[in-house]
Amino acid sequence: MNASISLNVNGVERVLAIEARVSLLDALRDHLGLPGTKKGCAQGACGACTVLVDGERINSCLALAIQYQGRRIVTIEGLTNSGALHPMQQAFIEHDGFQCGYCTPGQICSAVGMLSELRSGAPSAVTENGATSLELTDSELRERMSGNLCRCGAYVGIREAIQQVYGANQP
Amino acid sequence: MNNFTFSRATDTSSALRLISESSEPSAARFLAGGTNLIDLMREGIEQPPSLVDITLLPLSAVQELPDGAVRVGAMVRNSHLAAHPLIRERYPLLSQAILMGASAQLRNMATTGGNLMQRTRCYYFYDGATACNKRLPGSGCDALDGFNRIHAILGASPLCIATHPSDMCVALAALDANVNITGPSGERQIAITDFHRLPGETPEVDTNLKTGELITSIDLPASTGGLDSTYRKVRDRASYAFALVSVAAAVRVEQGIIREIRLALGGVAHKPWRASLAEKLLRGKEATQENFAAAASAELEPARPRKHNAFKVELTKRIIALVLSELTADKGTAQ
Repeated sequence: MNASISLNVNGVERVLAIEARVSLLDALRDHLGLPGTKKGCAQGACGACTVLVDGERINSCLALAIQYQGRRIVTIEGLTNSGALHPMQQAFIEHDGFQCGYCTPGQICSAVGMLSELRSGAPSAVTENGATSLELTDSELRERMSGNLCRCGAYVGIREAIQQVYGANQP
Repeated sequence: MNNFTFSRATDTSSALRLISESSEPSAARFLAGGTNLIDLMREGIEQPPSLVDITLLPLSAVQELPDGAVRVGAMVRNSHLAAHPLIRERYPLLSQAILMGASAQLRNMATTGGNLMQRTRCYYFYDGATACNKRLPGSGCDALDGFNRIHAILGASPLCIATHPSDMCVALAALDANVNITGPSGERQIAITDFHRLPGETPEVDTNLKTGELITSIDLPASTGGLDSTYRKVRDRASYAFALVSVAAAVRVEQGIIREIRLALGGVAHKPWRASLAEKLLRGKEATQENFAAAASAELEPARPRKHNAFKVELTKRIIALVLSELTADKGTAQ
């Protein structure tokens, strides 16, 4: 049985009729015409489906759309500002942070969420306990982005792109 | 994925009522972060006729209790718990363990209560074409003589050699956490070490939670706060992999003597394994390499590895000794 639900996606309230078992990923791609978010493993292992919810990155393949009513969902399509690329998108282009491009929307959304976590002082597994002012060292970047796989192996470019955006925002 | 009826609870009592009024309360499930349950449903391993969404329940606080304990609401996200100042200051072991599990995306979704309810990552449990007593009681266990590198070496049964996948729960076991539960017959508390079960004759039953019961919070006792502690995880990748073996250790050493010690092991059993024997052997003893090695050997004496996981026995012993020697270094020598 379909339920009528309302999702706030990229700043727009969208109403759709779906079964409760439809994932947020499938709702975005198949019901809302937003195919930028990608389906890789569909089991939370690859990160291709990463979107931002209330500013935090999640795997949309393991989320039921019906659970995400009333939350602010941002996909890769919503990162642009009046047609201008988000600085993270621009940096991925400049540094060749992809080859086939399939993992890229997830990488970019994840990187945006990651920098926000870093700014809030959230620790990672490689952060020294008690540290509150965090720097994006290479080991921090690798650890914090480990939920996004790139089977083309574009990691060098991905890391450079993220470091560029991080560096540009440093005081 | 099977279809199901979906409802959202807004408080604990409505959550209990929605489950008890569902078509089949014993098969219905509470849904929180969904990181494990949705995956299991997609694989057809879990087929609940009803889901009750509990993410709106007001159980998202981390607060200090009057006796100095810290209470963690069941809906606190794993990432928020790991970053919480109270946890980082008093229970860094818990913060570390959480951050060594899963990925940042998953930790942003997964809840404290849901982490306790994780099911095993045994390949045979996930593969519907194989025999698994946990997935289908009475069907057998293809892991026994299969590829059992990741499987249990302690407390297993002839029916099941699966391991519990959580890192967080290993830290909770070392910290003597208590699980607060509410249900049809009222509220109760279970020690974390009694929450999960060994497989025995009923490997399909992972926990001692009864039908219709809900985890509301976890209490971290004041007594285990502030010990010197660490979580060491050995895995096949540097990040984002389940533990082959992990050790959670918390100690207090004075003049080279171990006054307080708590040890728990992950990746070795069907539940987080509290190393009580090793603790007993070390309490009041000198913090020496010989004593650590002897205690670790005694703890692992009952280990019964299978064809591909014998390495875990030696690995666990060495990690225990390594972690303890690192934790007790520079803590003085016995008089």
